Amino acid sequence: MRPAPFEYFAPRTVEEALDLLARHGDEAKLLAGGQSLVPMMNMRLVRPAVVVDLNRVAALGAMREDGGRLHLGALVRQHALERDGRVAAAAPLLAEAAPLIGHLQTRARGTIGGSLAHADPAAELPACMIALDAVFHLRSARGPRACSARDFFRGLLSTALEPDELLAGVEVPGAPAARAGHGFAEVARRHGDFALVGACAVLALDAAGVCRHARLVIFGAGDGPHLVRAAAALIGERPAAARLAEAGRAGAAEIDARADLHATAEYRRRVAAGIAARALQRAAARAEAA
Amino acid sequence: MTPRPGSTVHDVAVTVNGAERRARVIPRLLLADLLREEWGLTGTHLGCEHGACGACTVLVDGEPTRSCLVFAVQVDGCRVDTVEGLAGPGPGLHPLQEAFRSRHALQCGFCTPGILMTLVAYLRLHPSPSETEIREALSGNLCRCTGYQHIVQAALDAAAAGREAVPAP
Amino acid sequence: MKFVGDRQLRKEDPRLLTGRGRYVGDLALPGMLHAVLLRSPHAHARVRRVSADRARAHPGVVDVVTFADLGGAGRAYPMVPPHPELRGHNFAPLAGDRVRFVGEAVAAVVADSRYTAEDARDLLEVDYEVLPSAQSLAPGAPAVHDDSPDNLAGRVTLARGDVEAALRGAPRVASLRLRIGRGGGQPMETRGLVADWNPALDQLTVWASSQVPHQIRQFVADLLDLAPHQVRVIAPDVGGGFGAKLIVYPEDVLIPFLARRLARPVRWIEDRLEHMLAATQEREQEHDVTVGFDDAGRLLALRDRFVHDTGAYTPRGLVVPLLTASMLTGPYRIPAVESSFESRYTHRVPVTPYRGAGQPQAVFVIERVLDLVARETGCDRAQVRLANLVRAEDMPWDTGLPNYRGRGHVVLDSGDLSSVLRRALESARYDARTAEAAAARATGRLLGVGVACYVELTGVGPFESARVRIDAAGRIAAWSGVSTQGQGLETTLAQVAADELGVTPADVSVTTGDTAGVEHGTGSFASRAAVVGGNAVALAARDVRVKARALAARALGIDEADLEQAGPTFADRRRPERRVTFAELARLAGAATAALGVEPGLESTRFFQPTDMTYSSGAHVALVELDPLSAAVRILGYWMSHDSGRLINPLIVEGQLQGAVALGIGSALLEEVAYDEAGQLLAGSYMDYLLPTATDVPTMTIDHLETLSPLNPLGLKGVGESGTLPVPAVLASAIEDAVGPAGGRVTRMPLGPSRLLDLLPPA
Repeated sequence: MRPAPFEYFAPRTVEEALDLLARHGDEAKLLAGGQSLVPMMNMRLVRPAVVVDLNRVAALGAMREDGGRLHLGALVRQHALERDGRVAAAAPLLAEAAPLIGHLQTRARGTIGGSLAHADPAAELPACMIALDAVFHLRSARGPRACSARDFFRGLLSTALEPDELLAGVEVPGAPAARAGHGFAEVARRHGDFALVGACAVLALDAAGVCRHARLVIFGAGDGPHLVRAAAALIGERPAAARLAEAGRAGAAEIDARADLHATAEYRRRVAAGIAARALQRAAARAEAA
Repeated sequence: MTPRPGSTVHDVAVTVNGAERRARVIPRLLLADLLREEWGLTGTHLGCEHGACGACTVLVDGEPTRSCLVFAVQVDGCRVDTVEGLAGPGPGLHPLQEAFRSRHALQCGFCTPGILMTLVAYLRLHPSPSETEIREALSGNLCRCTGYQHIVQAALDAAAAGREAVPAP
Repeated sequence: MKFVGDRQLRKEDPRLLTGRGRYVGDLALPGMLHAVLLRSPHAHARVRRVSADRARAHPGVVDVVTFADLGGAGRAYPMVPPHPELRGHNFAPLAGDRVRFVGEAVAAVVADSRYTAEDARDLLEVDYEVLPSAQSLAPGAPAVHDDSPDNLAGRVTLARGDVEAALRGAPRVASLRLRIGRGGGQPMETRGLVADWNPALDQLTVWASSQVPHQIRQFVADLLDLAPHQVRVIAPDVGGGFGAKLIVYPEDVLIPFLARRLARPVRWIEDRLEHMLAATQEREQEHDVTVGFDDAGRLLALRDRFVHDTGAYTPRGLVVPLLTASMLTGPYRIPAVESSFESRYTHRVPVTPYRGAGQPQAVFVIERVLDLVARETGCDRAQVRLANLVRAEDMPWDTGLPNYRGRGHVVLDSGDLSSVLRRALESARYDARTAEAAAARATGRLLGVGVACYVELTGVGPFESARVRIDAAGRIAAWSGVSTQGQGLETTLAQVAADELGVTPADVSVTTGDTAGVEHGTGSFASRAAVVGGNAVALAARDVRVKARALAARALGIDEADLEQAGPTFADRRRPERRVTFAELARLAGAATAALGVEPGLESTRFFQPTDMTYSSGAHVALVELDPLSAAVRILGYWMSHDSGRLINPLIVEGQLQGAVALGIGSALLEEVAYDEAGQLLAGSYMDYLLPTATDVPTMTIDHLETLSPLNPLGLKGVGESGTLPVPAVLASAIEDAVGPAGGRVTRMPLGPSRLLDLLPPA
């Protein structure tokens, strides 16, 4: 399997990259880590006439932290999330989820922006970003704009990105309160596979142990990561196990579960409830210990 | 006459196993094909061509990389290390290769170069892995012959030998 | 024996570890062209027209070939082996006017690069008339072959005793319906060939990633109308076989045809997506089994009826279902048995053996039956097996069922099946583990222990060949008709030859898989290479030593009894300064006169023709835990005891067993070839067809028992497939134990997440 022919450009600046996108429109594909795009090109499932390689745009590869907010350039490699101490400090949910993204080789080359822009419904990063209430920075030749993580993901493999836009970076706010905790849980057929169903949660408690912030995202079960509406009802309550289990069930009920070769919709529905509860429990335990 | 799309040739200069090599490549030439077909470094193998089996793993700037998912044009100016460079110029084998031999950690040998390169990079960063950590590190490299047990033992042996080789402060 | 039995490190490793292996994709010949194949996207269609003009006009394209261009080579292959019940059909080097499975090759494009060839392939236009396809084993499906409208490839019944009477007389009777899904060998190296026609020598050289170079030679010679000596087939380093490279495929003749037609070397390397579509698969069967037994759990009667999916063609006839049917009773004594099957065509890729060859299905059936009997009678599962196993004193044990060859019965020649099971139980600390699992289950954990036993048919004939030769420089070379795909024959055959010749394995260079090395050969499959190949090497090496001794005695002017050998040198025991080397003896033999009294050459070609198959045996124990939330299975412990006769190299045997168990885990929990109603492959890549990784395979404990085979001089039995056979059964047994009596019963393989979840006990 070898790709169909294409023209190749390796811009050095974001402006050059945007200019190429503007010129070539939907004939062009952006190449970041290549871990999703190149297999499809090798299988000739996609045949872009133009490939714009972002790997030489140094500005996109920067990571910085300021006042607890993490700024991640789109070309930051996925393995930076597990290696860089700033991530563990500012967004431990990302550090915990990262080792489950594919394999060593995937994370060595795969990028944060690439994973987010690809929007696989069973991917870990989109869900984590929504749980963390991240802000995505999009750019085109027409100018920059920001978009919440939640609004960025539109459905199966589809995002808010216009054809001439690229995802330049992501801003992850720090912990929502002093007593905050994250939780992550996933079921996959093999280590490193896309999740059959997974969940990530962020909870924050007040001094009395009452929940003041609750975000729960279930992924893998439907067409995309799902921000659970029922999680809001946890605010003002104590995160008791039974209550969290109920929230998990409610969250699973919000999703139109999908079937594929690996699991039925029924499986995803049944397991989503428990996985969501597991993520909530872990978040609560960490928040309590914080 | 308009040139055929994709026929623009790009020059690349790559440091391969420590030595500089040059080539003129069309954009879609895979790194794996540059290594194998152009430069005769056939030790890197193609098992799936869609980024799942890990047999094509080489090091690009020290990082384990599936060479079926990188275009040759992308490694201009980079350092690429393949299995042919592991053993060094002398007659002996790299300690990891020795460990593989001693533990019978290969059978048909097709997945072996990719596994060696993955482990070389991994052990550099994680000199004291547990068995579970090694298995997870290898989860992106498929082997159909061995059942992995001897591979894991060889990796643990090599890690231990590597730690012993570090001179005491 | 000095080297046989030793954990020798492998001779092939230094080159494989340093990237100097030579697989077929590594070969680059001057002027070499690249071929790609156009494959049918339809499961069943008439091929009305292939329009190749645009493809032919594409720059860099040298040729496009369809069935019409094959001429005399456009003929269906013979089927091996024949069977009186077989209504067989085989494929030709390309599909003609009908395609019968998604992936069947319709045309070949040859160009100056792989990239160009794929571009040109995209320009081919085929006018297909799509027809309805047979995607189930139910009667009434569309006919795959016009002369078999009922899609029956064969119907066979094997029987011992009167099973109906025995069932009527049995105190208890129970039935099971079992289903096993399709899977494939999936070696890490796909198939591939390089073919080169040399007009100066009138010779075709073919490098093939194959398990059967001699068979390829025969088919190529037949279809291309060449004499066998004009065709040399070499299996270079081969990256795994597992049965996927066992048959002669259409490409194995097509690529040589192209090389001859174009008078340039041609290379074709199968890509993984093609391999998923076009490499043969196996395992799919539906069984209805009924067992009669008594309150003590003794088996009295067993009747099994199954339907076997043979795919669109029968290149291996009825071998797979015959193996399932004939091996049904496994290691157990069952007085009345009837095992019958229908092999049916479907519009899917053909079914031929992959590691295990019909036997994992038989083991799954009989082992599920034993667990059922244990449950119904309240007996412990291990005890019920011990009660029914063929005993050591029963050996050789005639099971009463005809073997798959149709000549003779399945006769277990040797083995101590009870010991093997006991040793596995001991190694696993079975009693402690089952107690531990029961205690864990009482706290809500889903922990379970499983056990399964098997016998494996190994060492099939018809023969294997070996040539051993010492040349005038003293180099010792051995050639074998087997080929290697990772099982270490370069080393193990050297160990055998070394012991026979009195030298070391480093002194013997072994070449396998080259038709120029030995004129006749069979190949590597059915766990035969070490057994049949090893014995042939022993016989040939023995001859050479006998001849060397005779020559040495003459050269030194002494009696053979006074010879003392130290490696490649013979000395006079009484005057040790008088000595002669292998090299000198070879030179002497090279100029042998009548007076010398021997034929020229210090070499021998011998064949080993086994009189019957020889049977390995084993028992596996597994400890598993299921996640009560997701039902995901973790294998916490795995123990096996096995008996494959004398081990040439225990290190290599352990590797074979571990690899085979890993493959079995894949077939039990991960790997399933799924087709939709139109015959489209749903698991078309490694995203969907999941192979076990290092995190899916446990660390295993292996115990060896060696009861020598009485059927060959070295006492060997095969082991290559052994580890696969009981894995689905032992995991089924363990999973069922883990979910407890309130959980489901395991009646199908593989068990993916949804099926596992359905087995969990209600909350």
